[in-house]
Amino acid sequence: MTIATVLYALISLLIILAWGLLMNGIVRRVVAKVHGRIGPPLWQPFVDIIKNNAKRTAISHGIMFYLGPVFRIAGGIGTFLFIPIIFGSTFFANFSFAGDVLLVMYFIFFGQLGMALGAGEGGHPHSAIGVGRGLAQMTAFEVPFALSIISIAMQYHTLNITEIVAAQQAGIFSWTIFTNPFATIAALIALLGMNMHSPFDIVLAPQEIPIGPPTEFHSFFLGTLQTNRAIFNMAKLVLFMNLFFGGATNFPILMIKTFLIYMISVVVGVSYPRFRTEQSIRFFLGVPTLIGIISVVIFMVK
Amino acid sequence: MNKEKLANDGLKESEKHLFCDTRPQPYKSYNKYWEKFLNWARAESLWILGFGTGCGAIELRPLLTARYDISQYGMAPRATPRQSSVFVIGGYASVKTLKRIIRSYEQMQGPKFVVAVCSCSINGGMYWDSYNTINRIDHYIPVDVYITGCMPRPEAIIAGFGDLKKRIKEGRADGHNEYVENLDWYKANQKKIIKDWDMPDYNW
Repeated sequence: MTIATVLYALISLLIILAWGLLMNGIVRRVVAKVHGRIGPPLWQPFVDIIKNNAKRTAISHGIMFYLGPVFRIAGGIGTFLFIPIIFGSTFFANFSFAGDVLLVMYFIFFGQLGMALGAGEGGHPHSAIGVGRGLAQMTAFEVPFALSIISIAMQYHTLNITEIVAAQQAGIFSWTIFTNPFATIAALIALLGMNMHSPFDIVLAPQEIPIGPPTEFHSFFLGTLQTNRAIFNMAKLVLFMNLFFGGATNFPILMIKTFLIYMISVVVGVSYPRFRTEQSIRFFLGVPTLIGIISVVIFMVK
Repeated sequence: MNKEKLANDGLKESEKHLFCDTRPQPYKSYNKYWEKFLNWARAESLWILGFGTGCGAIELRPLLTARYDISQYGMAPRATPRQSSVFVIGGYASVKTLKRIIRSYEQMQGPKFVVAVCSCSINGGMYWDSYNTINRIDHYIPVDVYITGCMPRPEAIIAGFGDLKKRIKEGRADGHNEYVENLDWYKANQKKIIKDWDMPDYNW
């Protein structure tokens, strides 16, 4: 690891942050059009973050309350830094190494556990309900996601994301979505849960437990959480792009592919109302898990 | 700068240690140009506290839906006072509601702004001689913009938010400092009205 690697990792982090926030703005606009509204300007997520960080006062509920957003953003950046974002580029491979898929899966969990502790110290009942729902749902969608990762590892005989992307470079029909459709479907359904759009938005749940876990977070705490939301979201989309959609060889392709993958969540989100908590958890443990098991069995038999 | 602790006289002796007695302090503004930029960001991202305090709050609902859609002006409803920056007083405030208004207002983080809608919040309106409503809201919390009418149409409220944005961008909307500097006067007014004062003097 040289200074240049760290520098390029920082540059890629900033690019991803900017694109993540801009995409957030685009999605809010798209959702507004579906509602028949005009919607906020594209730069609204940037302004919101500046405003929250520019608040003059902030109060704390204790040490864990401070550490909650720190853990969350550490989880987001950690997830991102171990995923190679541009295939074939020595600059934008970040800190990818053999077996990074397992570490990334761990990091996806890490931030949410830290946030659970921080939100708990805030003391608001909505936080506790949101955290309980979030952890239950996360455990549920992790099952089809993990099965799909196992299937991919058996298919490519590796746990290294760079090697998985390298195996998909022989044209569009070598992408995992065509060579291993069952694993892709299971993982994409898990992605719907991860992105927390409707029908799986039981954690933030507007009209029910509005705002959810971050209820007590304000000022720069909230600014940090919003920054993380953009980075973490992009990290997941880049991971899915690498695992199932052939990776990207430059930034424009990365932007197009991540946008289209995110649109899956948005289209489903604007079409369906919210699940109840137990419906959501049972859903992930039903058909998606079955599809995941089928994808593993296929490669066991082969 | 007044540094003395708050008395918290309304609390029972056994409960006093549970609450904070630090006096809130006014803040200074940053460098002129930086402050101007931050004021622009504050004006373009107004989060409204979703707490309808009177009948005028009914006029806020059309603002959120397809017809008027205030999200195009960078505004959004927010369910918690911690995260919101604008408090809309929707008309008359009964004595019971006033207590909740004060608690919510003090929990909002500065800079925070107050928009008072309807005649009732200006001079009492048709409730001016009622036994359980207050007449002038700005004796109890500082107000940035008044919108008259009984009730004002959503267009009038949008125009009022436009005025608020102008005030914020000019750096004149400083209700937090005004409240904190004159805390004793505001507290005396509030305690005159609220007889069952069983909360700390400042709800941190």
